[in-house]
Formats: sequence, C-alpha cells, structure tokens
Amino acid sequence: MFVNLRRTLKRKNIILLRELVITDFKLRYQGSFLGYVWSLLRPLLLFAIMYLVFVYFLRFGEGIEHFAVSLLLGIVMWTFFSEATNQGMRAIIDRGDLLRKINFPKYILVISATISALINFTLNLIVVFVFMLLDGVNFGWTALLFPFTILLLYIFSLSLAFFLAAVNVKFRDIGHIWEILLQALFYATPILYPVQMVMAFSVTAAQFLLLNPLAALFQNSRAQLFGYENVVTPSQLFSSTLWLAIPYMIILATIFISIWYFRRSQSKFAEIV
Amino acid sequence: MRDDIAISVKNVSKSFRLPHEQHSGFKQFLINALTKGVKKGYENQHVLSDVYFEIKKGEFFGVVGRNGSGKSTLLKILAGIYNPDRGEVSVNGTLVPFIELGVGFNPELTGRENVFLNGALLGFSRKEIDTMYKEIVDFAELNRFMDQKLKNYSSGMQVRLAFSIAIRAQSDILVLDEVLAVGDEAFQRKCFAYFAELKKQKKTVILVTHSMDSVQQFCTRAMLIDKGEVLQIGKTSRVAEKYTELNNIPRATLTEKIKSKNVATKSQVDVKADCSVGDDFISFSISAGSARLLPDTVVTIVINKSSGEKVFQWSTDHESEEPIIINKSNPVFIRLKIANIFPDGRYDVQIGVKTVDRSTLYGIFNQICTFDIVNPNPKKRDSNWKPAVKAEVIIK
Repeated sequence: MFVNLRRTLKRKNIILLRELVITDFKLRYQGSFLGYVWSLLRPLLLFAIMYLVFVYFLRFGEGIEHFAVSLLLGIVMWTFFSEATNQGMRAIIDRGDLLRKINFPKYILVISATISALINFTLNLIVVFVFMLLDGVNFGWTALLFPFTILLLYIFSLSLAFFLAAVNVKFRDIGHIWEILLQALFYATPILYPVQMVMAFSVTAAQFLLLNPLAALFQNSRAQLFGYENVVTPSQLFSSTLWLAIPYMIILATIFISIWYFRRSQSKFAEIV
Repeated sequence: MRDDIAISVKNVSKSFRLPHEQHSGFKQFLINALTKGVKKGYENQHVLSDVYFEIKKGEFFGVVGRNGSGKSTLLKILAGIYNPDRGEVSVNGTLVPFIELGVGFNPELTGRENVFLNGALLGFSRKEIDTMYKEIVDFAELNRFMDQKLKNYSSGMQVRLAFSIAIRAQSDILVLDEVLAVGDEAFQRKCFAYFAELKKQKKTVILVTHSMDSVQQFCTRAMLIDKGEVLQIGKTSRVAEKYTELNNIPRATLTEKIKSKNVATKSQVDVKADCSVGDDFISFSISAGSARLLPDTVVTIVINKSSGEKVFQWSTDHESEEPIIINKSNPVFIRLKIANIFPDGRYDVQIGVKTVDRSTLYGIFNQICTFDIVNPNPKKRDSNWKPAVKAEVIIK
C-alpha cells in the first residue's frame, strides 16, 4: 500500500509539473503578435548586435575559426542560464496563491520555471545547429558529449534557481543582487571574447577565468562542437587534475548547498510568501 | 494510529510572527541590530494552543468558531500547508483541501484551460479531465463560455466552474472551508446536495462553517474553537448552543437606563419602565401611577431606531377597548413581550400616557430606556417590523 501511495504521489507531481509548464508557456507570449517566435528572435537579435559591435568593429576573435557561431552558442547558453535562474528565483514568490491553499512539493514550481527556459533553450539550439551547418562546422565524435555538458549546465542552473528561490522568499533584495551578479558573471565568462585574448594578456588570468564553472562548461561545449583545436579548454591550461576539478567541485557544492537550503526553508514558504 | 481513525491531532500549537511594519527591510534590520532585539519589529501571535482531537473514518466533522479563532490555520495544518510548531498531526489516507475554490485559476487562460490546470492541482491527468470534461461544463452550465478567458467571467460563473471541478475530487478525506459562503441560493442548494451525497457515501469530511444550521444538518460531530483552544467537542447541538452563547456576549445589552423624565407639560403621572433584551424577545415591564384619578387612559409604547425612525408602536387599547383607570393608590402594571425581529442597531423606547381619544397628554417619557441589538441569527429578522406581541395588563 505504501509503495502504491508513493507511486500515485509521484504521478500527481508529474501531472502538476506538466500543467504548470504548459500554462507558463501559454501565458508567456500571450497578446504578443509574434508569440513564440520571440524566444528565437531574442537571442538572434542579441547576437546580431554583439556580432556587429565585437566581431565586426572591434575585431574580436580574428583568426579563430567559427568564432561567430561560437559567439552565438555562447549567447544562447547564457540566455538559458540567465532565464532559468531569474525565473526560478521568482518561482516561489510568484505562486503564493497556490502555496497558501494547497499542499504540494514546492520544488515543482522551481523545476517548472526552469523547464520553460529549457524548452526555449532547445529551440534556440536547433537554430544554432542550423548556423553551424551553414558555417561548415565538421562535427566530430566529441559532439556526442555535448548533451552531457548541457545537462550539467541545466543541473547547475536548477540548483542555483533552488537557492535563489528560497532566499527570495525571505530576502527580496536578492533579485537586485542577482541582477548585478549576473552582469558580472556575463563578463567573467568567455562569451563575447575568445579565451585566447585573455591568454595574450596573461595566462594566469585565463587560468583563473576557467575556474568559473560557467566558463568551463561554455568552453567545453564549444570544444565538443567545434573541435578542441579551435577552443581553449580547462584541460589545455591546467596540468593537474585538481585544478581541473575545481569548476565541477563548485557545481557539486552549489547543488548540495542549494538543495539543503531549499529543503530547510520550504516548510515556511506558505507562511512567509 | 488505530485503523478507524482518519485524522488525529495531538497537542498542536502554532504561532505566527506578525511584523509590525516591513520586517524584512534594512531599517528594521538596523533597529533590530541596534536595540539587540528589545524593540522587535514583530510580535508573536498564538493562533492555536494545545489542540487535541481525533476524527473517525466516515465522520462528517464540523469545525466552528468566530472569525480569527484559528479555524483556518487548523485546516491549513491538516492540509499540510503549515507545519505546527509543536504537536503532531497524522492523516490516514489521501486528503484534498478546499481552502478556497478554484485554486490556481488564471484570469488570462480560457475556462477550458483553467479546468485542466485546476484539475491537475487536484491530481487529475489531462486524460482523466478529458473524460469528465463534458460533465464538468454541463454541471457548471457554462457551455457557451468555455473558450472565453476567465477574466471575462462573472464571479458567480467562476465559482460555478470551480465547484464543478472540485466535486470530482476523489479522496478519502475532504476538507471544506466555508465554501458555502459564496454563491447564490441555487448554488448553495447544489452545495447542500453535494454534502448530502458525501454523507451518504460515508466520506470523511471536515466542514468549517459559520452556519449552525449546516452543522446540525450535516455534521455527525463538531468542535468549537475559540482563541486557538478547543472549547467544546462532541454533539452538534451542544456545540451549536455553545457557539451561540459565545457569540452572544455582546448580543443584546441594555446600554443605559435613563431616569424617566417626564417631558409633558404637566407632570401628572409617574412611569417606571424596565426592559430586557434577549435573543428571541424584548420584554418590558412598565408601571404607571398617578397622584390623582385618571379614569380613561391608554399607555403607549413606541420603539425608535436611534436614527429616529419608528419601528414599533403599541398601546394598551390594542389589547382591550376598555380604558385603563389609574387610581391614586393603584398603579397599573404592563408586561409586554415582543419578538426580537429588528435589525442590528441602537434603539430607544418612548412611553406615553394619554386619554383614550388622545386629546390629553398626561405624560410622555422619551428614551426611558435604550438598548442595542446584535443578533447572531439574521434569519429571524423581518424588515416589515411586525413582531408577535404578547401583552399583559394588570390593574390592581
């Protein structure tokens, strides 16, 4: 009987998660003329601007093969990270109406918020792949590793979303703080500029840069898609595995701390929200 | 837990921190830090203390209490929305709470989409909703409106839709919070039919309500809570009685008895009046005496609202055509009992002593007494203000 109960509870959660994601998707572009097209258009237009400024005028990434699509991939991945964490952060406080009236696992709200970002991300990635094919990128076997890197990025974003969502219930200033932090992270991650540019300035700075888990994930996914010879990855800069492990240790620590903090504070959500 | 127990609540206590102002702000943080918590930005409010009860399977259990007594908090604890500070709650089986109808309804979605969303919150999959969709819409009588956005529905339509979905909920225990309070008469009848059906099916139901009628009609047992404590638990009639008693503390009070002041020109009569206001009746006992013989008098009683509006009028010649003879030594006693059907408010009483043909005024006493009516049972109110009157005139 106990097993049965657990099964139905799980089934209920999946039904709810599905319905919340559908609702979210329906509501997001309601009343806008282009609707879903915006989720593709936004990163593409962003890319157009950045390409114009940084690649065309400032000549970033000159001499690096496929730098333009690499920039596009970076922007698409960044858009996902920022969307998932921002929407996840608001997931609990925005659904106070539900929390106060019905008991359900709170994590569903955060997951549902990140899943709609993930759906956008998938659509965007399809566009990126089209551009890659147009740009003549030859996929090697390492491209098979790309989904795992994306999975890791998703898990990292989700854990941050859990943490931010829980903090946001008690401490609304986190929204403003995270906005600034995201801006800082955007420049601390090689999106606009190639790591080679930093290396030309200082190798230590480049090493330091790649300790950032996002930088490691971004560079790894580029290497997996465009070939290791075109991209600077952590494994090229560090000889010891300990240094290589640091970004992943940060990810792991984030997962544990976030889950611990979310679980600890979730029982009070309904009262405070 | 024994097998026949559906819910057991053991010594549950709950308090909330109520912030005085914005408690999460930086200013408050500084104040808290500087005053070392002496001047806290919040106070603790004890909402429930040591609540203890058990509900057996198949019981229709009523929870009553005045506003702010802690009922809703208790329900939210049962539903798992809040966690108790102390104590233990065990629920045997699945529980669906209806703290409110239409949880998760989104005004920007169509009626149809909202059915699926609300259904998901009750644990129904798309497929399950699909099979009962037609029944839900038919029951709500909203066939024409399902593709319109919910924000264009009237509140009554929203409630109807929400209720139609809610009654599909399949669970061992149902928690209903004042669902009855909304909707028109037809809707309430549907609610009552649903309750009757639940009772027939021997479902475990917890009903929170203010209506003693529904408690006595549906519930097999009830509990009264006040200020977070269980005051009475058991037979519904006893609980209803206690609840009425509790509500009646300020029910009807005699505010002040103003010394009878004769405002008639010639003070020829002396009138004393006493009135007492009960739940059902307002009683007067009046005595009128005079220093000289008054052979053909009537005594009149007028009740005015404090606004000056006359709500009731009676005179002794309503009872018998015979005029009252007020004798030097024998005052006349009148006992008058009228049904308390008046709306809430402040009233004052005027007593007059006149000749039968109303040509001479022996005495008129304004505001001989004043009383307040706070009636817990609005059903008894009658806007025609024609109360049943029982009068007794004693002439010694």
